Amino acid sequence: MVEFTLPKNSKITEGKTWPRTQHATHVSEFRIYRWNPDDGQNPSVDTYYVDRDDCGPMVLDALIWIKNNVDPTLTFRRSCREGVCGSCAMNIDGTNTLACTKAIDEARAPVRIYPLPHQPVVKDLVPDLNNFYAQYASIEPWLQTTTPAPEKEWKQSYADRAKLDGMYECILCACCSTSCPSYWWNSDRYLGPAALLQANRWVQDSRDEATGARLDNLEDPFRLYRCHTIMNCSKACPKGLNPAKEIAELKKALVDRQL
Amino acid sequence: MTGSQPMRTPMRRVRGLGAARSGTSHFWHQRVTSVAGIPLTIGLMLIITALLGRSHAAVVQILGSPIVAIIMLLFIINTAYHMWIGMQEIILDYVHEEKWKLLTLMANTFFVFAVSLASVYAILKLSFGV
Repeated sequence: MVEFTLPKNSKITEGKTWPRTQHATHVSEFRIYRWNPDDGQNPSVDTYYVDRDDCGPMVLDALIWIKNNVDPTLTFRRSCREGVCGSCAMNIDGTNTLACTKAIDEARAPVRIYPLPHQPVVKDLVPDLNNFYAQYASIEPWLQTTTPAPEKEWKQSYADRAKLDGMYECILCACCSTSCPSYWWNSDRYLGPAALLQANRWVQDSRDEATGARLDNLEDPFRLYRCHTIMNCSKACPKGLNPAKEIAELKKALVDRQL
Repeated sequence: MTGSQPMRTPMRRVRGLGAARSGTSHFWHQRVTSVAGIPLTIGLMLIITALLGRSHAAVVQILGSPIVAIIMLLFIINTAYHMWIGMQEIILDYVHEEKWKLLTLMANTFFVFAVSLASVYAILKLSFGV
C-alpha cells in the first residue's frame, strides 16, 4: 500500500543550529535536511545563518557559502551554476527546482531545503537517481533508423525541427518526475514525466524510424498510463517545459494508431 | 525502489517483464464513457425531476415507459463501465501488494457487475411489469 507516514528510520529530527558569523548585518536563515549514511542516526534539519552581504543572490550561492564558511560536511551536487546541467535539483521552499536559478529572496524565510522527494538519499541533499537514469536509458534516447545513413546529414524541415522545441531543452534534473505523486507511488514501474517527455522527443522526431517500436514499449498500464494529468511536473519544471503536454501527445499517438 | 534484489541492475528492474502492450483501450473508453455521461446524466436529472412528488404508481409508470427506461439503462451501463475502469486505475495506483491488488481488482469487478445488473433488472422489471 501507499505509505502515508515516513518509515521509522526516515523520521526527521531537529538538528544542530550552527553559529552566526560575527558582525553580519544582513542575515538569512536556512533550514537544511541532513542525513549521514555512516552515523546510524535519523535525518535531521540543521539551521544555518548566511551573511547575505558576503554571498551571491541564489540558493546555490548560499549552499556554497555555508560549505565554505560554516559546515564543510554539507553535501550537495552542483556544477554549472547556470541552469544547464541539472545537478543542483532539490526541494526548496516546498518546490522542486534548481538551487542555482532560484533566488534566495524568491523563497519564504526561513529557506527550507530538502533533497528531491521520494528518492533514496545518498547523503544530505544528494538523491540516488540510478532508477531515474535507467528509465531514461530504457526509452533509447538516440536516433534509430533502418535506412542507411545518408552521405551528409539526415534532413529535417524547419517545421519538423520546431516540433522538438519544448523537449530538447530538458536537462534531466528530475524536478518533474520527483514532484509527481504517481511517480512517488509507482516509480518502480511508471517511467515518470522526464523519461516520457524524452520518449516523445524521439517519437516526434521526423528523422526517427522506430516510432512504432517506441510506442510499443510505452503502451503499458504502468509505464505510461500512471499519468493522471496531475501536472505537478509542468509546475515544477525549472526550464519552463510542459511534460504533461508531451505525455498527452504520447497518449494521443497511441489512440491515433488504433482509430 | 525495492531493495530486495540488490544484484539486479537498475535497467533490469526498469525493463521488468516488458510493456504489457495494453492500456490504450481503457484510456480511450474512459474518455468515451465520460462524453456519453454528459447527456445521460442530464437525462437522468430530468427524469428524477419528473419523478419528484409523484405517487408510487406514477413513478412505476414513468420508469417503465420505453424512452425513459432506455435512458436509464444506458446511464447504468455507461456509468458502471466508467466506474469499473476508474476504480481499477485507483487500485493500480495505490495497492501494491500482489495479494491485495488481485483481491481488490476482483472485488471491483464483482461489485460493478452486481450493482449494474441489479439496477438493470429493476428497470426491466418495471418496464415489463413481471
